[in-house]
Amino acid sequence: MPATFKGGLHIEDFKDFTNKLPIKKLSDCGQHIFPLQQHIGAPLEAVVKVGDYVKVGQKIADSSAFVCAPLHSSVSGTVTDIKPFIHPSGAVVTSIAIENDFLYNISESVIPKGDPTNYTPEQIIAIIRDAGIVGLGGAGFPTHVKLSPPPDKKITHVIVNGAECEPYLTSDHRRMLESPDMILYGLKIAMRVLGLSNGYIGIETNKADAIKTMTAAADAYKGVKIIPLKTKYPQGAEKQLIKAITKRSVPSKGLPADVGVIVLNIDTVTAIANVFKTGMPLTSRIVTVSGDCVKEPGNFEVPLGVPFRHIFENAGGFMKEPRKIIMGGPMMGIAQFSLDAPSIKTTSALLALSDVGKTYDDISPCIRCGKCVNSCPMHLMPLYLNKAVSEGDLETAEKYNILDCIECGICSYLCPGRQNPLQHIRVAKQQIIEKSRKS
Amino acid sequence: MQEQKFVVSSSPHIHSEESVSSIMFDVLTALIPASVAGIYFFGYRAAIVLLTAVVSCVAFEAIYQYFMKKRITVNDLSAAVTGLLIGLNMPPSIPLWMVVIGSAFAIVIVKQLYGGLGKNFINPALAARCFMLIAWASAMTTYVTPFMGYGIDAVSSATPLAVLKGVSEGALPSLRNCFFGIKPGSIGETSAVMLSIGFIYLLVRKVIDFKIPAAYIIVFSVLTFMFGKTPYDATYTLYHILTGGLLLGAFFMATDYTTTPTTPLGQIIFGAGCGILTFVIRQFGGYPEGVSFSILLMNVVTPLIDRYTVPKKFGEVAKNVR
Repeated sequence: MPATFKGGLHIEDFKDFTNKLPIKKLSDCGQHIFPLQQHIGAPLEAVVKVGDYVKVGQKIADSSAFVCAPLHSSVSGTVTDIKPFIHPSGAVVTSIAIENDFLYNISESVIPKGDPTNYTPEQIIAIIRDAGIVGLGGAGFPTHVKLSPPPDKKITHVIVNGAECEPYLTSDHRRMLESPDMILYGLKIAMRVLGLSNGYIGIETNKADAIKTMTAAADAYKGVKIIPLKTKYPQGAEKQLIKAITKRSVPSKGLPADVGVIVLNIDTVTAIANVFKTGMPLTSRIVTVSGDCVKEPGNFEVPLGVPFRHIFENAGGFMKEPRKIIMGGPMMGIAQFSLDAPSIKTTSALLALSDVGKTYDDISPCIRCGKCVNSCPMHLMPLYLNKAVSEGDLETAEKYNILDCIECGICSYLCPGRQNPLQHIRVAKQQIIEKSRKS
Repeated sequence: MQEQKFVVSSSPHIHSEESVSSIMFDVLTALIPASVAGIYFFGYRAAIVLLTAVVSCVAFEAIYQYFMKKRITVNDLSAAVTGLLIGLNMPPSIPLWMVVIGSAFAIVIVKQLYGGLGKNFINPALAARCFMLIAWASAMTTYVTPFMGYGIDAVSSATPLAVLKGVSEGALPSLRNCFFGIKPGSIGETSAVMLSIGFIYLLVRKVIDFKIPAAYIIVFSVLTFMFGKTPYDATYTLYHILTGGLLLGAFFMATDYTTTPTTPLGQIIFGAGCGILTFVIRQFGGYPEGVSFSILLMNVVTPLIDRYTVPKKFGEVAKNVR
């Protein structure tokens, strides 16, 4: 029996578009744009000036804040601009533009770190920070912060998240098939940092080939266990993944470290391995390019800073007019209004879809079918949250635990009335958090 | 690539195929076997009753929404479902004008005046049936024997439940006939086998969950078997399950979304409550049948049940730690 959690639901996964396609290199792109906001946490400050010549792997932005990771150039060339550009979040964010000279001169700072056992945990954490590594699954939480839990939290499990439960996404899947040793090597480094002798990799059973490949490769790595997970959304959500593998429930408003667990993404541990093996900081990631409008869907190794337009062109362009462009998966990704936004550290996928669903004119009232209650992975009652929030009753919404919502989107996906509870919940959560900050 | 306009909206960006109208269409489909059986047993008059109820409900909804200047939503099919359920709950010989008034009561008073789809607190079809039972007691309790034709030839006959209760004279049909539906009763309630086919269809399509019907039938059966008029008599219990409106009610009325709890525990409580009330009314009440009243009474406490059965949220155990 594959491990799982209570709630959630199986969603048609659309992974057949790309799950058999090997990772491809992207063609060269002239201008790279590096937004100074790559992930949650403090914004960065540029450490280069307009006119500077930078090399691949050279640090171009940093900050002294703890919850942030530096940014490195993915190309060599000249800094042409430091000004606001369109960002995948929809906002306009100060960014560094670098004109690619196509020479890919590698920075002198890029030196393989060698055997991790030569370093203390503190040194490894510093190396990970200097390499700009963040969680490459969702929000992009800086990995060095995750690996430095407060001393009173005793960490017992480190889990690599290979669930990849979002429809369409196959980047982690391909990574597991193509470089299992990098993943395992990266996991061993994380285990060393946390002083653990065991590590876990959870993989959904719809990726049977990845489970097989990883299990075979894990033989050579003592203490690493591959855990098959039930194919069910949101199996890869942190709390649900921890529940499935350790049977522990992360407390409400708590962090995984509260139950002694650290969760890392597949691409994140690969990036850690990469720093030690090649010295190259995080300057690229795997992006699944898919959706019914994309002519040649595929998995690409995408350097940071490439405009989405260029990435779609590498996938053969569009075979029909897309009505929606999404960065990330269709359940939690961000809709894009421009193809000029550049790839950032949290760009796990780019989707071009022709169907945008119903409009507000077509919605029906809530008929209390209870499907949202049945499937909510946090065991909330989205229909009452939706009702309370639409009536402006934030107090009731809080009583019904609105702040525990992980925004997985199942309620809105299922709602036969197309009520979109999550949209209301999201707005209200923001209001409640702002209100509590003020008081 | 030309500059295009893209739709920007909050996630999720995909949606299940299911909609209110697809659910209602599934319910209508699930009621076809029972309707066909009713027409087969009780003749063309049954078809006319069903049609009258459906057409009246849809028409009253459209008319009300037109005059109230609301969006006309009859294409969500919910009024058609209410109409068909009203029709299936009628004795075959009911005067058609009564069906029209009953339908108006269901749609205008019970459903629309409380805010329309999703807002009514009791099941409109059942409310209409009870309203009619009180208004026209005799017409609503005059049942006919199957395959007898209508008009002057029609032979009125006691329902098996009335015979079981001893309030009417008459012979009990065989259990086999009860199972297939060859017995007096409302148009849609007689055939256990046809109702079950529709029920299984709804379960397979995941339109409804088994919790309410299962709790309802199990609790009712156990109580009847142990504390009924003839305790520990399996035949007596089987008669009670297969006759009257129990299966129609448990499968199609107690599973109405709007008027039943949304929590898993709440649904079990709701079903069990219906079972207890039906048992009490059938054994000790003034009426031979109690399904409609039981479900309506439980409809009324549904908001309360929902409030007290809120599921434990993920990670709640650690609440005291903070």
